[in-house]
Amino acid sequence: MTQGWLQIAVFLAVLLALVKPVGLYMARVFSDQRVFLTPVVAPVERLAYRALRVRPEQGQDWKAYARSLVVFSLVSWLALYLILRTQGAHPLNPQGFGSGPWDLSFNTASSFVTNTNWQYYGGETTLSYFSQMAGLTVQNFVSAAVGIAVVVVLIRGIAARSASELGNFWRDLVRTLLYVLVPAAALAALFLVSQGVIQNLDHSQAIQTLGGGQQVLAQGPVASQEAIKELGTNGGGFFNVNSAYPFENPSGLTNFVEMLLILVIPAALTYTYGRMVGSQRQGWAIFAAMSVLFVAGVAVVYLAEQHGSPAQHAAGLHTAAFDGSTGGNMVGKEQRFGIASTSLWTAVTTVTSCGAVNAAFESLTGIGGAVPFVNLGLGEVAFGGVGAGLYSMLLYVLLAVFIGGLMVGRTPEFLGKKIGAREIKLVSLGVLFTPLTVLLSAGIAAAAPAAKQSIYAGVNPSGLSETLYAYLSQANNNGSAWAGYTGFVQPNPPGNASAHGLTFTDLLGGVVLVGARFAPILFVLAVAGALAGKKVSPAGLGTMRTDNPTFVLLLIGVVILVGALTFFPAILLGPVSNGLSARLF
Amino acid sequence: MRRDLLTSLLAVVVLTAALGLAYPLAITAVAQVVFPGAADGSKVSFDGRVVGSELIGQEFVGRAYFHPRPSATGYSADVTFFGNAGPNSAELRDSIEEDIAAYLELERRYDPSLTRARVPVDAVTESASGVDPHISEANARIQAHRVAAVRGLSLARVEELIADHTDSRSLGVLGEPGVNVLRLNVALEEEVPRR
Repeated sequence: MTQGWLQIAVFLAVLLALVKPVGLYMARVFSDQRVFLTPVVAPVERLAYRALRVRPEQGQDWKAYARSLVVFSLVSWLALYLILRTQGAHPLNPQGFGSGPWDLSFNTASSFVTNTNWQYYGGETTLSYFSQMAGLTVQNFVSAAVGIAVVVVLIRGIAARSASELGNFWRDLVRTLLYVLVPAAALAALFLVSQGVIQNLDHSQAIQTLGGGQQVLAQGPVASQEAIKELGTNGGGFFNVNSAYPFENPSGLTNFVEMLLILVIPAALTYTYGRMVGSQRQGWAIFAAMSVLFVAGVAVVYLAEQHGSPAQHAAGLHTAAFDGSTGGNMVGKEQRFGIASTSLWTAVTTVTSCGAVNAAFESLTGIGGAVPFVNLGLGEVAFGGVGAGLYSMLLYVLLAVFIGGLMVGRTPEFLGKKIGAREIKLVSLGVLFTPLTVLLSAGIAAAAPAAKQSIYAGVNPSGLSETLYAYLSQANNNGSAWAGYTGFVQPNPPGNASAHGLTFTDLLGGVVLVGARFAPILFVLAVAGALAGKKVSPAGLGTMRTDNPTFVLLLIGVVILVGALTFFPAILLGPVSNGLSARLF
Repeated sequence: MRRDLLTSLLAVVVLTAALGLAYPLAITAVAQVVFPGAADGSKVSFDGRVVGSELIGQEFVGRAYFHPRPSATGYSADVTFFGNAGPNSAELRDSIEEDIAAYLELERRYDPSLTRARVPVDAVTESASGVDPHISEANARIQAHRVAAVRGLSLARVEELIADHTDSRSLGVLGEPGVNVLRLNVALEEEVPRR
């Protein structure tokens, strides 16, 4: 396993090295300062403002900002829904796929506008290149930019002194796209093509194989979508099997680069935060708390997957590694990734909101599989989705400050600002909204006959895991799946290609997706507004510090406490039951 | 509100044109010029015709070939899905048991020293993509006995071919080494055509 730990260590080292330069760059972008791309991008930026007819210097308070954000998301949703519903009439559809049904399109539109990319639809089996490009790729960019904009507003609110204006939504949107997401995605896409990720507009190609059989190779503009799918922590694959498919992720190197793309913005934003609030230590403290939660998850998945599964052992398969064989639970995993890279990927994509998968989650061992549940249950705060991770974590920071304040019997203060009842009410709503949505919707889905038809594994812990994870994933805007749960009556049509799935799961999921994305965003913006108006008082002797190891531990404790109290029983009944038992179902 | 609505409509149109058409089409154009082979799927040719992609596994059944990992999808490269066998699934146990028995029966005839403990996990477990292009080195070395015997090649020569078509860890560190089954089988066909 030494080699595996080495891979994980290399990854963490490279990520750490990127935090400062990328974080600094973003801090300059969001503070309207000059960066190395300014000479090239500034003219395009001005053109964009003219095209949108906005005055970028016009400040918005949190309500005006929220209104722009919500209206824009709503219009985006409608546009995507219309594209999916009229797919049959569009160009760039060499396979001639028909338009999507209303219920499935409702779910898919909700899924992509919320940065989730939950996939009830079949990728290469039902969507045209036009839909993948003009529909899904656009939302991959835009929903990521919206998430980043929200955290930037919260940071401005924390840093502001008795202010009401928090920036301009359109300006933040345009600058995030032009200075961060588009250039990085374009470079990443070309790199991925150079490594074998396909990028063309051809019809799928039927070939006679070497052994004399038939195989049809699906084609498409994959790399351009793959790049932003990872960079924007979106996760919706061009192909149904996502980043396990070699045309999305052909080698150990692409796997590594894709993981970096996923984590670089969420991790670097902690540095951006430190910079913008004027204390780098504040950023590193949050980075430290996130790293602890992340590394713990990686280690558990790796150890559990290397051990192998009860079904393998019952079949008499030896799962120890030996020369030339990885050993471990290779069910639903790819040889080129093996156990270590797959385990790392599993943690990377579930601590963020990037639901990309490079292995079948449902085939993970019980304990290894518990890690994605825990990561989502904690609300994807280490490092989290682009923007969403840090703003969720900052809510936990405020909660920890409040709890710490209660412990020492002083008015809680954060960076010189008194945290009052209004802020804590908003923070609590923001923290609790998503977990409550998960429990409610998963409970409904576990009981409703219409939703139970979607379960593949049957009445056993794996079946419960499928249901619970489906709503955990949609509510946390992750998008990965215990993929037996397809939204179709089982047995499922291959590639989800039949006309109609289960309307009930489509609609329940769609409502959960939208609610659990935008309600917390509104709470976060309200918190930003409330904090922005506060006066800053100098730190005194009794001020609780929020940039030292004690606070990092307190923060981790609060995150785990909230997550564990909410989800412990449910996770016990699902993956942990599998993990603690050698019984087969 | 009306102002926001108007701006949003404009933004969606502009962004769809820029990010949904200009960006992917520009990437396509550059990719087609700079990396034409890779952008079109890294196709492998034999005897003047395309026989597959070196990145996409395909089915091989005859004894003269190296065999890929089991697939949940029949090695489909246009309708992909996961097998979704759970870790505590009795069906999974049964299918692995069957695969081990079949593997031992096939390979032991050519390598009598092969034992159950040496069956590599990748040989009897379904991959994630259904089209895993690789098998483990251990798996290839076991199958080498059979392929060498059937094709009338020396074991040493077959092992040499395996080494030639092994993709090692990227940069020496990342991922796991794997033997590319299609490229290896093409090399075998070029060496000793199957009659």
